[in-house]
Amino acid sequence: MQGINITVTVLIASAVLSYLIAFIAGFGRLSNNIFIRKFTGFYVEVFRGTSLIVQLFWFYYALPGLFDIHLATDFWAAVIAIAMNYGAYMSEIVRGSILSVAKGQREAATALNMSRFQRMRLVILPQAVRMMLPEFGNYLIQMLKATSLVSLVGLTDILYHGDVFRSTHLSLAPTVYILILIFYFILALPLIWLTRWAEKQSSKGVASE
Amino acid sequence: MAKPIAVYNDVHKSFGEVEVLKGIDLEIAPAEKVALIGPSGSGKTTIIRMLMTLEQPTSGTIVVDGQYLWHMEKNGELVPANEKHLRQVRGDIGMVFQHFNLFPHMSILENCMVAPINVKGVPKKEARQRSVEMLEKVGLGDKLDDYPSQLSGGQKQRVAMARALVMRPKIMLFDEVTSALDPELVGEVLEVIRDIAREGEMAMVLVTHEMDFARDIADRVVFLDEGRIAEQGTPEQVLENSESERLNSFLSRFRS
Amino acid sequence: MTWNWNYVVESLPAIFQGMWITLGLTIACYLFAMLFGFVWTFVRRIPWRPLQMIIAFIMEFIRSTPPLVQLFFLYYAWPMVPYVGLTLDPITVAIIGLGVHFSTYIAEIYRSGIESIDKGQWEAATALNLSLKDKWTKIILPQAIPPTIPMLGNYLIIMFKEVPLTSTIGVAGMLHMANNFGSKNFAYLEPLTLVAVFFLVMSYPTAVLFRKLEQRMNRRFDKNNPTGKIDKGVVT
Repeated sequence: MQGINITVTVLIASAVLSYLIAFIAGFGRLSNNIFIRKFTGFYVEVFRGTSLIVQLFWFYYALPGLFDIHLATDFWAAVIAIAMNYGAYMSEIVRGSILSVAKGQREAATALNMSRFQRMRLVILPQAVRMMLPEFGNYLIQMLKATSLVSLVGLTDILYHGDVFRSTHLSLAPTVYILILIFYFILALPLIWLTRWAEKQSSKGVASE
Repeated sequence: MAKPIAVYNDVHKSFGEVEVLKGIDLEIAPAEKVALIGPSGSGKTTIIRMLMTLEQPTSGTIVVDGQYLWHMEKNGELVPANEKHLRQVRGDIGMVFQHFNLFPHMSILENCMVAPINVKGVPKKEARQRSVEMLEKVGLGDKLDDYPSQLSGGQKQRVAMARALVMRPKIMLFDEVTSALDPELVGEVLEVIRDIAREGEMAMVLVTHEMDFARDIADRVVFLDEGRIAEQGTPEQVLENSESERLNSFLSRFRS
Repeated sequence: MTWNWNYVVESLPAIFQGMWITLGLTIACYLFAMLFGFVWTFVRRIPWRPLQMIIAFIMEFIRSTPPLVQLFFLYYAWPMVPYVGLTLDPITVAIIGLGVHFSTYIAEIYRSGIESIDKGQWEAATALNLSLKDKWTKIILPQAIPPTIPMLGNYLIIMFKEVPLTSTIGVAGMLHMANNFGSKNFAYLEPLTLVAVFFLVMSYPTAVLFRKLEQRMNRRFDKNNPTGKIDKGVVT
């Protein structure tokens, strides 16, 4: 069972990066500046509108050709592709949650004479984040599944090792793939529980309407 | 008393640990109008929901028009009824709900026509004619193609009555049919029920909190308390001349 | 190396050819997922706890493991499985693999639609003595399905974007053609960018369409207006 560490590292790196992107892009789409708004909007639609596997190949094969940019290593090409893709999806969650909280709470916060920044930090974000958590959890499971794609661009993750093993032991193919599936499921289990827990939490302590 | 149309024999009903009905014996005669009154939680609604086959009795039997409702006879023994048997017996019974339960995706006319066509195999043309007649009778002849959401609560409840009547049941059940209505809409619904009652041929069981209305149309008033029938008799006996303390304290809440 | 328009034009026919495969396969996988979703939904309603738990576990397993591995399993491993093993061609593997994977999501959508129907609707249907079949086909499904159409539509777009996975088992869709073309000429930039643009051009308008539909549906199935007659002018 080699390659586990690669799978887990790719997952953690892309998760952290994608959450970061999600918040930046989510706020970008709520910005007062029209250029920032349009630009982040364009980014989100492009990455949501094309397929992750196409993006991955593009970062890996095409980008070097265009600008002579080499994203340092295969590892970073893969992580950046996954993070940019899921960051785009999750920025919609960030934006939606903030909007839905802000609608009801803005007036109350303004009545307490808070500044725009205080309003966001003290009132809106704490509630919005709680609303985002279950969806973030769901996307984390999606990202785990997406890490299997990195074997296609040469990263030696668990699927890669499984494929290599299978090509030399053809008759063991069922065992190999069942084991890989079980491995992914075991990794997913804590994420599933975490998401369910977050779903319960999110129903508490958020002002509805 | 003529051969009863419905008979409850020592019927018990529990929801989990809670016993809601603790042995109900009740006979309903053809064309009899029975009003069920009692505090909330006394089991009145459960009694009629069992007759509509929406709740299964925990023990005891119910007989409708000579046939077991929740049981069927097999080699001389009573076994739990299957869906086929239920469908056969259920045809005698109709019900109007507190929350109307109209089908929102169908027009009013379609609401009335869906059951005769699909359950009784009535030709479409005849079903339509019967439905239109019934809707005219409840005063909605000009709204045939409206959808339920376009109607007031009182109108919805009148449609629900027409829908049940089109099936020509032998027993009609009314489950607090005015409780969900705005006070100014209660009158029009009660008026329609009075009209139906006056025609006479159908037995009616009404769960209601409208005491004046109960006195007006019921042949018999049954007072339920804590899962048992505590008092029953003519409206005068039960509503005016009872000596039961529980009943009188219950009734005093309705006197202004 | 920079962008070469001639090369773009050269690669177009191959990618176009792949596009039809991609589109056709998307629809085939999607239909399979819709049908199989019904199977999950109804098997789960059988009131027998052990069966329900087993089905829930299988669905969770399929949903939380990568479709890519599932495709590999069906393609490389299934023929080796004793007794029930079968060699399947890539297209069949793609339809079954992606179809079953997404059917677990679609089943959840069906379920949410069915569970959103008020208990009173079932009771009214019983009180009118409708048969089980009529209850489903005349009362429950006509109310349960329409509100789920935008969500189902989203899964059509998601399916479209997952279909290029099948390039790994040799289905000659857009991505596959572009990769082949690129490797022949050692230049991937133009064909891969073209594929990305094609995806965007096809999925973005569809997504906008379904978003519009969703807004409309939300209005149509508003609690205060359950029949769906849209009052002109009044937007709640």
